[in-house]
Amino acid sequence: MHAMMFFKRMLGAALLLLLAAAPARAALDPAALAGLAGDFQSRMDAIEALGVAGGDDARRVLDALEAGHLGVIGERAVIVDGDRVRDAASGAVLELAAGDVEAITMNNRVRRTLAGARAALALTAPDRAERLAAAITLGDSPNASLLPVFERALASETDEEIRGILLRAAARVNLASADAQIRLRAVQALGESSDPAVRALLEGLLEKRDGNWVEPQSEVRAAADMAIHAIDRRIAVAEGVGTVFSGLSLGSILLLAALGLAITYGVMGVINMAHGELLMVGAYATFLVQGLFRSHLPAYLDWYVAAAIPVAFLSAALVGVAMERLVLRHLYGRPLESLLATWGLSLVLIQAARVIFGPQNLELANPSWMSGGAELAAGVVLPYNRIVIIGFAVFVLVLIWLLMQRTRLGMFVRAVTQNRPMAGCVGVPTARVDTLAFAIGSGVAGLGGLALSQIANVGPAMGTGYIVDAFMVVVLGGVGQLAGAVWAALGLGIFSKFLEGWAGAVIAKILVLVFIIVFIQKRPQGIFALKGRFADS
Amino acid sequence: MRTPFTVRLIQSTPKSGWLAIAIFAAITLIGVPLAHLALPESNPLHLSAYTVSLLGKILCYMVVAVAMDLIWGYAGILSLGHGLFFALGGYAFGMYLMRQIGRDGSYGAELPDFMVFLDWKELPWYWAGSDSFLWALFLVVALPGVVAFVFGWFAFRSRIKGVYFSIITQALTYAAMLLFFRNETGFGGNNGFTDFKRILGHSITSPEMRVTLFALSAMLLIVCLILGRYLVSSRFGRVLAAIRDAESRVMFIGYNPLHYKLFIWTLSAMLCGVAGALYVPQVGIINPSEMSPANSIEIAVWVAVGGRGTLVGAVLGAGIVNLAKSFFTVTMPEYWPFFLGFLFIAVTLYLPDGVVGLWRKLRARRALAAAPDAAESNVAGSSSAAAPLPAVEKSDAAPANVTVPKGATA
Repeated sequence: MHAMMFFKRMLGAALLLLLAAAPARAALDPAALAGLAGDFQSRMDAIEALGVAGGDDARRVLDALEAGHLGVIGERAVIVDGDRVRDAASGAVLELAAGDVEAITMNNRVRRTLAGARAALALTAPDRAERLAAAITLGDSPNASLLPVFERALASETDEEIRGILLRAAARVNLASADAQIRLRAVQALGESSDPAVRALLEGLLEKRDGNWVEPQSEVRAAADMAIHAIDRRIAVAEGVGTVFSGLSLGSILLLAALGLAITYGVMGVINMAHGELLMVGAYATFLVQGLFRSHLPAYLDWYVAAAIPVAFLSAALVGVAMERLVLRHLYGRPLESLLATWGLSLVLIQAARVIFGPQNLELANPSWMSGGAELAAGVVLPYNRIVIIGFAVFVLVLIWLLMQRTRLGMFVRAVTQNRPMAGCVGVPTARVDTLAFAIGSGVAGLGGLALSQIANVGPAMGTGYIVDAFMVVVLGGVGQLAGAVWAALGLGIFSKFLEGWAGAVIAKILVLVFIIVFIQKRPQGIFALKGRFADS
Repeated sequence: MRTPFTVRLIQSTPKSGWLAIAIFAAITLIGVPLAHLALPESNPLHLSAYTVSLLGKILCYMVVAVAMDLIWGYAGILSLGHGLFFALGGYAFGMYLMRQIGRDGSYGAELPDFMVFLDWKELPWYWAGSDSFLWALFLVVALPGVVAFVFGWFAFRSRIKGVYFSIITQALTYAAMLLFFRNETGFGGNNGFTDFKRILGHSITSPEMRVTLFALSAMLLIVCLILGRYLVSSRFGRVLAAIRDAESRVMFIGYNPLHYKLFIWTLSAMLCGVAGALYVPQVGIINPSEMSPANSIEIAVWVAVGGRGTLVGAVLGAGIVNLAKSFFTVTMPEYWPFFLGFLFIAVTLYLPDGVVGLWRKLRARRALAAAPDAAESNVAGSSSAAAPLPAVEKSDAAPANVTVPKGATA
């Protein structure tokens, strides 16, 4: 029974493949539609053949059947179009009365077949969602007659997800083939995939059921084994790339947090414990800008992030200048007290945010051009917002580098960092440089907050975790060294992401801290030490 | 309380100090127990169980503050991770308290409740001996001591100091907090240890036990003060202050700062551990939030409020800040962070020598008004007290301000 049906289907498929290959096919072959006039079995075969054949005419016929407009007059299939009757094969209007048309009756099996055939046609639909739905329908119970459909769809399909489903469906058909060669080729084809679902499919071949291998041929099993290894390699590479990427994105946030701290710590020798709260100020500024855009410029809502850049920078810089002028300036030369005073500032800022904005976390919507992501392989997605943030960090870094290396102010800042009394002696206005450096450092922290608001929640305590991390970056990189901060931030980011994958987030955090403590034993000056003599520094 | 170890020990604390200690001892060792146990609740002088526990808790904090003052005020090492040693002592004693629950836990099992909950079958190896009171006492001192010694040895050997050291200690306590938050670590995770029942077979909630713990805390504080005063006025204390003011010079003279710093650092951690062990049964819970960096940095502000390098100031500061905290968190909790934050700023900006420094300044000003010519040099000293760190005052020259050598601090 099965073999018989299989044979029939293959025959139909072969026939229609020939037809499909014929150039400039204007209409369907009436012979192909003749089956519609026969019994249920021949109707099903004809419907299936139409689905396999594809093309607009087949679609027209099947749509008419679905709508109940298809009928037969004698051997000829016709479509009732209002009061006209058209030939189903050519679409030409026939001189026949609608009343003569005999309706095609269907049972559930025929309906199922019809649904399958329509899905096969939908595989070439222009709408992605339609194609995806069709692929899922067909992929659930693929059969041999659909192979050419899959192949044709694969030839034009560009969407990775749909391709994956189709490839797996075709391979499943082939894996059930009686021909060992076909099975072998199918296994080899599957080895090209990087999809965990394919891997599971191949693993199924290597199982024993009731003492017998699921796959009897040892060569095919060997090929399956190789294919699994190939897939594993590819998945590992994709995951590795994914980890490096998330490490880079963590590193770029760390970099934005640490750049500002590197400047302020370098210039004033003061660790600003409220530096994390400057991130928070930047994030809340972004939130306010988003609110303004939403109520006043909804048409440009997508670009609120760009507008928030100067706002976040200036608001954080303003808070920073206030801190420097009101508190830190008066604690010059007392670094430990400055530590405590800035901690007090951070307490006040956090509580102020809690009172003004409420204790709950706010979630900022990504602009539409930042949402979504590029899929690297099944399950490894690089979100656009993180890509944008990495780019943003590079942009800020370049700006800061230009500022520090190419401007007079940058030169002053470097001079004060290296030797404050000497810089003062040669006429650098150290007090003003302090304030400006603090403004720049704080502003960069505000930009870090802007970036952070795009990937994490905005809340009063969002910055507290970053001060230690940022300081570690500064320590690792060497004080006053931009290049050091870059290497340290990226290195720490990637290092901790790999550790996270290996040991879990908490242990990773602990290991990183232990690593830094050990590192400082070896190189107290950081990776990039300032050259020169620094006694008692 | 006049049970001197040596004549020098007695002499290290001035007469007025001994008097203060005697008064303090009389109040805490006789007054409070009587007020709690003997007086009926209707009596206005009766101290409730809540008050005794609160005061006992603050006494433990005062011990921590003294330990902090020893390293910050006298050795110039600002630790932002002292909460770790406090919590380690607490956990070490908490293990014993957990074992004392016996089969009275909610699961009625031999193991502590949280282990039953995690489906553990036996105690992890590091719980071995935790049912012994003596072993618990040993751990309370040894555990923070060993951790501090190892960490301090690495840190001081490579001459990490100043803000570097502060931040690393903060990272240390933060890492430990994360570690203790994990259930797998075997210390109750998030919830820590609680529901204690008894110590040495005696109920932990009885008034007698409460008063005993309170009195022990008070005695610990007295011992810390006397010991601290003895240390800082000895030759050792002078070297320590010299290291604080000019470490390189001390090295050039031929001292090795490592030993001095390591000793005072480890001792300070041990004192914190003992304070933590007394704190846990009085409060009834120990969990990883005790190790949060915010807690540790608060210890520093107690000392700053009272006045660094005075020991007595640390006690005052811990008392003032914690009483204020109890007041604020009950009446207006949302303003406590503001108050604390502004306290941090105000103390560092306007009260560099804390309450004790303020008091001395006022006394000096009064002395100046009384005898303008004679006190002139003293005022010069008091104005320079705003310089980084005040020097150790001589044992019984309390009102005099000792000038700090300018430029001595890096």
